[in-house]
Amino acid sequence: MQRARRFAAIAALWLAAGASARAATIQISMENLEVAPAVTSARVGDTIEWTNKDVLLHSATARNGDFDVTLPPKKTASFVLKKAGTVDYYCRYHPNMKATINVAP
Amino acid sequence: MYVRISAAIAAICFSSGMAMAEGAKLTDPQIAHIAYTAGEIDIKAAKQALDKASSKDVKQFAQDMVRDHEAVNKQALDLVKKLKVTPEDNETSKALSRQAADKLAELGKLKGAAFDKAYVANEVAYHKTVDGALETQLIPSASNSELKGLLQTGLKIFQGHEQHAEHVAAELK
Repeated sequence: MQRARRFAAIAALWLAAGASARAATIQISMENLEVAPAVTSARVGDTIEWTNKDVLLHSATARNGDFDVTLPPKKTASFVLKKAGTVDYYCRYHPNMKATINVAP
Repeated sequence: MYVRISAAIAAICFSSGMAMAEGAKLTDPQIAHIAYTAGEIDIKAAKQALDKASSKDVKQFAQDMVRDHEAVNKQALDLVKKLKVTPEDNETSKALSRQAADKLAELGKLKGAAFDKAYVANEVAYHKTVDGALETQLIPSASNSELKGLLQTGLKIFQGHEQHAEHVAAELK
């Protein structure tokens, strides 16, 4: 009984530590109308942080509607990934800016 | 229509070629003037399109052009101020402005879908011309490294505009 409880406590600790270690912040830049990196791997729970280094307005707009983040000139904005899958996104104002995030569960 | 655009491009190449042939290599104040003028021309064209275009995509594109070219031109003004350079009018700027005025008048006579098509076709051609001039003339001639850098950024942006315009043009067909 006591052993079981101790085991549960340890397991809970492990899970919490695992979860916090796993949630990463991934940085993506937009500069001179290019998204870098153009292909990113991430996990559900990770934060994507885009930095717009241009003097132009950009957006990170998911084709499947998962997110639509507006990026004013010289600003950073982020989004926490909630769903697994491959998400193609583009800039609404410069549709030739395209990139992909592969989100693992 | 296309013949006229090619004629206009030929005229720009010819007139700037003339300026070069006379031994007058473009100076930084002239380059700044040309780049700024080229941006202003596209803003004017876009404002006409915002007024006249019927397609939602064309209006959206025109809005993007106003926003981007205003942002780039503001950066250009900030830079010339910082460098204490006074942009200097020249034959290439004048030729660009003359042709742009003719084009505005020509497009002004069109309506509806005909206007949309002509505006977008001209945007493709115009950005091609400007990108060509940036690549072969303005960037190589610029002596100040910050000005060169701004022109290089401009080239990237305008190449993006060219692709965007081509995309809108394809959608209209």
